[in-house]
Amino acid sequence: MEKFDKLTGIAAPMPLVNIDTDMIIPKVFLKTIKRTGLGVNLFDEMRYDRQGNEIPDFVLNKPAYREAQIIVAGDNFGCGSSREHAPWALADFGIKAVISTSFADIFYSNCFKNGMLPIILPKEQVEILMKDAEKGANARMDIDLEAQTVTASDGEVFHFEVDAFRKHCLMEGLDDIGLTMERVANIDTFEAQAAQARPWV
Amino acid sequence: MSPKTLYDKIWDAHVVHQADDGTCLLYIDRHLVHEVTSPQAFEGLRMTGRKVRAPEKTIAVPDHNVPTTLDRAKGIENEESRIQVEALDKNAKDFGLHYYPVSDVRQGIVHIVGPEQGWTLPGMTVVCGDSHTATHGAFGALAHGIGTSEVEHVLATQTLIQKKSKNMKVEITGKLSPGVTAKDITMSVIGKTGTGGGTGYVIEYCGEAIRDLSMEGRMTVCNMAIEGGARAGLIAPDQKTFDYVKGRPHAPKGAQWEAALAWWKTLYSDDDAHWDQVITLRGEDIEPVVTWGTSPEDVLPITATVPEPDSFTGGKVDAVQRAIAYMGLTPGQKLTDIEIDTVFIGSCTNGRIEDLRAAAAILKGKKIKDGLRAMVVPGSGLVRAQAEEEGLAQIFQDAGFEWRLAGCSMCLAMNPDQLAEGERCASTSNRNFEGRQGYKGRTHLVSPAMAAAAAVTGRLTDVREMQ
Repeated sequence: MEKFDKLTGIAAPMPLVNIDTDMIIPKVFLKTIKRTGLGVNLFDEMRYDRQGNEIPDFVLNKPAYREAQIIVAGDNFGCGSSREHAPWALADFGIKAVISTSFADIFYSNCFKNGMLPIILPKEQVEILMKDAEKGANARMDIDLEAQTVTASDGEVFHFEVDAFRKHCLMEGLDDIGLTMERVANIDTFEAQAAQARPWV
Repeated sequence: MSPKTLYDKIWDAHVVHQADDGTCLLYIDRHLVHEVTSPQAFEGLRMTGRKVRAPEKTIAVPDHNVPTTLDRAKGIENEESRIQVEALDKNAKDFGLHYYPVSDVRQGIVHIVGPEQGWTLPGMTVVCGDSHTATHGAFGALAHGIGTSEVEHVLATQTLIQKKSKNMKVEITGKLSPGVTAKDITMSVIGKTGTGGGTGYVIEYCGEAIRDLSMEGRMTVCNMAIEGGARAGLIAPDQKTFDYVKGRPHAPKGAQWEAALAWWKTLYSDDDAHWDQVITLRGEDIEPVVTWGTSPEDVLPITATVPEPDSFTGGKVDAVQRAIAYMGLTPGQKLTDIEIDTVFIGSCTNGRIEDLRAAAAILKGKKIKDGLRAMVVPGSGLVRAQAEEEGLAQIFQDAGFEWRLAGCSMCLAMNPDQLAEGERCASTSNRNFEGRQGYKGRTHLVSPAMAAAAAVTGRLTDVREMQ
């Protein structure tokens, strides 16, 4: 997995609340058997008309945001379906961090498996960053995972919380399965005990 | 010993390892797999030379992409869908999983097949690369959806890296009124908490109205826990649970049944257990409900009117404006004046036998409105067979419904069962998101009885007027 430590990038504002994973990547694109190539269909139904032409008003189609690496989003981003195609599509487009007041649990967890950082901040701070993001390419934000900070374009710094284990895995680009495999003896022991205690399982 | 919730008890029984910061390795008893969220996980195993650690605990069934028309034996027309189902055929065979292929009468929606075959048992941990895994919580199993990376993790290690969620109690007291169903309970709860209200929690549903529900109804309630933001919903097992499980193909038998039963009877929340949040609804206050917008929290009693955006606050004002425009509605319009083109009865929320009975009871001797498209998609081949045996299939067909084969179908429209642009559907599924049932399609979530009533009148209808 790609490591995440520091990021300086353009942030796209998406103030809509409850952006669900069906919006992020509609089901017609779930038929792939690969993890890559979904970026072109990110937010497909909001981004293109029925003929496949870009809808100019959509934020990621505007010249200022075509290279965005950060999204500042409304409450409860990533709700609904568990599809990991949502973070795959975001990552493939080039998004490396999403900032919101809240994320749906499964989406939040899926982000960390794909080198992407979801950042939770209080409402007032997200509102400040949303306004900052509206300034377009002139407003680059800095994210420092080590220091757990987001710095707005005017230098104002916001501190965020992140689980220490998830932070460590993201900073080192660690593969979860490899880490768990180091505990295979624990799994063997548990399995043997469980087979005694609950043999019907 | 300190008092525990049901969630605490199941969690504690499955911790393989706990790190100092509270991060746990949790053992997984059952892993359900379908064709859409698993190909990349199996590819990952192949690339790293890893095996499936416990193929005997891994159950696979294709459901999202499969055609539900009666001619489906001829194969899947859409090439990508076909490739995905063929990939699952191959992966199930190569890795030695329990498998129910499209041609098997037991095939169906993964969350209907699991309980039906006795794979889902009280006290288990159950996961699947599908958010509606919450359904299995109806048995007092800790069940939740996972992403594809986690699917690969469970395949390789039979564990998940997890931190414990908080405990929420949702109590539904008293009795339900006539015409009110499990679907109305679960939607009313989401209407109250919002789609983010359950984020970070595992919900336990309890109270007289929940105890009074059948297992099918309890599955409907837990199924939509995820729509309230909770990864998992739980209901403590009781005699109804044990009666439902007993005798199913993969349920324990003989001495093992007795041993299992003894443990299952300890699976309840202790009286003085700690709850991080408690929500109480009076069963008598719940009405038949319907969604008017594009989020499952956009719930109102069928007797209400389309709301004014200004009656909301914060970011929801814009979201409501957008939803009302998308849905083609007018604030102040009566919900019962909304005309529909399509009715869909099915899905992991409402594709079980009891759901079909409830819809058939309304439809008996009636016809659907002229020009309306209506379909029933049973949740599994066995549900379909039982409905035929009970004469329900005949009632649906006489009324003008299409009687389909099992699959996810129009709940998420990955197969050809889709809404056309602008079409409006009364649907027994679980999500009314933009585009969910087809590009620019409009979805109103309802109970099976309400869907049947809408099919007869051609508009959203208060089922109590037809009973």
